[in-house]
Amino acid sequence: MPVRITQELQARIFHHLEQTWPNEGGGFLLGEVAQDAATVCECIAVENVFDAAEQYHRYAMTPQDWMRLEDEADQRGLDLLGYYHSHPDSPAIPSDYDREHALPNFVYLITRVQAGAAREMLAWRLRTNRSRFDSEKMEVVSD
Amino acid sequence: MVTIRIPSPLRAYTGEQAVVEVDGATIGAALEDLTARYPELRQHLYEGQELRNFVNVFLGEEDIRFLDGLDTGLDAGDSLRIIPSIAGGRAGCESAPSLRQE
Repeated sequence: MPVRITQELQARIFHHLEQTWPNEGGGFLLGEVAQDAATVCECIAVENVFDAAEQYHRYAMTPQDWMRLEDEADQRGLDLLGYYHSHPDSPAIPSDYDREHALPNFVYLITRVQAGAAREMLAWRLRTNRSRFDSEKMEVVSD
Repeated sequence: MVTIRIPSPLRAYTGEQAVVEVDGATIGAALEDLTARYPELRQHLYEGQELRNFVNVFLGEEDIRFLDGLDTGLDAGDSLRIIPSIAGGRAGCESAPSLRQE
């Protein structure tokens, strides 16, 4: 199922992840799932709580962050669609570490931030049997 | 009966129910009953017989790691919640997840 995001939201994510470079950054994606696409309606930056010395290649959120934003999504009638994070100076391709910590039915937007500039955003979804991520088509639409 | 709140991505395996009722005198028993009722959940919650390290279970507001873990006793009407810890990172490092201490 394609992932649809506006240019404005994508630019906001890029800006956030350029600010966190050379460390990883991330946040949640709230939106709506319809027959033809999963549409991102909102992106919410969340603090990276991994050990500071490891943040150049690792990102983590607390369970409390999940709880707070899932409650917000449920109250607003939105879906907790997925999350975004950066791979500083590395391809926007999920790592084994990403896969081991992933859930199905969740959109993973990974952005390559090269030398401080966001270069590429790719969408991924974990296969139901957890064996691998599959690439999802991204539709970046005008605001 | 106790209730378990299911994280959004896994509701596809509970018929889109956000909250399900299960039986169990302990948290471990309640989770076993959950995965017996909804078998597709199991591979995403467990690795072998152990909960995956990114799967957190809360009893009310309390992380069960700070209680008696899966042996924590339950009373009728208790509310459990399953919360994934989101983590990610680029390739090239094999370190274990490590959250900053508050």
